[in-house]
Amino acid sequence: MSEGIDEGLRRELQRQGVWVTSMQELYNWGRKNSIWPLQFGLACCAIEMIATAASRYDIARFGGEIFRPSPRQADLMIVAGTVTKKMAPQIVRLYNQMPDPKYVISMGACAISGGPFKQGYNVLKGIDRYIPVDVYIPGCPPRPEALLHAFMELQRKIDSQKLSGADKAEFLKPEQPSEFPVPAFGEHDLQPPANPDVYHPPKLERV
Amino acid sequence: MTPNPYLFIVIFAGVALAFPLLPLGLAWLWRRFFQPPKPGVGKNAIYECGVESIGEAQIQFRSQYYLYAIIFLIFDVEAIFLVPFAVAFTSLPVGAFIAILVFLLLLIEGLIWAWGKGCLNWAK
Repeated sequence: MSEGIDEGLRRELQRQGVWVTSMQELYNWGRKNSIWPLQFGLACCAIEMIATAASRYDIARFGGEIFRPSPRQADLMIVAGTVTKKMAPQIVRLYNQMPDPKYVISMGACAISGGPFKQGYNVLKGIDRYIPVDVYIPGCPPRPEALLHAFMELQRKIDSQKLSGADKAEFLKPEQPSEFPVPAFGEHDLQPPANPDVYHPPKLERV
Repeated sequence: MTPNPYLFIVIFAGVALAFPLLPLGLAWLWRRFFQPPKPGVGKNAIYECGVESIGEAQIQFRSQYYLYAIIFLIFDVEAIFLVPFAVAFTSLPVGAFIAILVFLLLLIEGLIWAWGKGCLNWAK
């Protein structure tokens, strides 16, 4: 895992009771085991999120039980539920107010694409139109196990982020924005309907 | 030789000071060498559950609320006293009964006084 030290030597030292680690590993280890989510529910997925936090599924086992009521103290935003167009600017604003590094889990069909309300006039067709999403969880609503799985995926992602070098984590790059433009209420839709810097819809190709 | 008993207070104060300062210092060093600061207008804006804040945070409250709060508090406390009184009512001696009546009388007197002063009229 760590650069600069041979994995075999590391194991050998470990067997002798010497633990060798790197700054990056220590930092990521601390980060991934204390992800504080934003206390923020939108619809029925939030009920599953609450169930995940409660004793039966117990997200505390992964260090994520401290749901913060303020974005200033949160690392993770779980977009749990249907994002209406009325709510979308608030979500982007909350995301902007979170300090770096910050992560987003898009929970459920609605947060991914609008889900069963995709044809509706008032539902945003996926929160990834405005903010970057790290993990998507399909389901309507996803089970608490699915949220835990997403949480573990996010931990894996954090663990693999690099502190230095050309491929270092996005939030460490000075040119990478920490804020994204908040959409405004337009006549028929949010303006702009999507942020082209963030939103890359999959291209369908007929063959 | 026993150490000065105040030495422990000094140690305690030192630990109490180091405990918050050390993480803050580490965070500062971290920001200095690794994390590029990214302040912004939206990021530093006042937090109001994601809604844009309107107006100033420092506003003047009407002092009228204060009188209502005081009067409410008095009768709230009275209700707490009245519950054990009512529970133990049948086994109370005459002296205790008169004492609680005096207590009630004082509060009623206070209400009449506040009423007479016009505190219950909502001043525009």
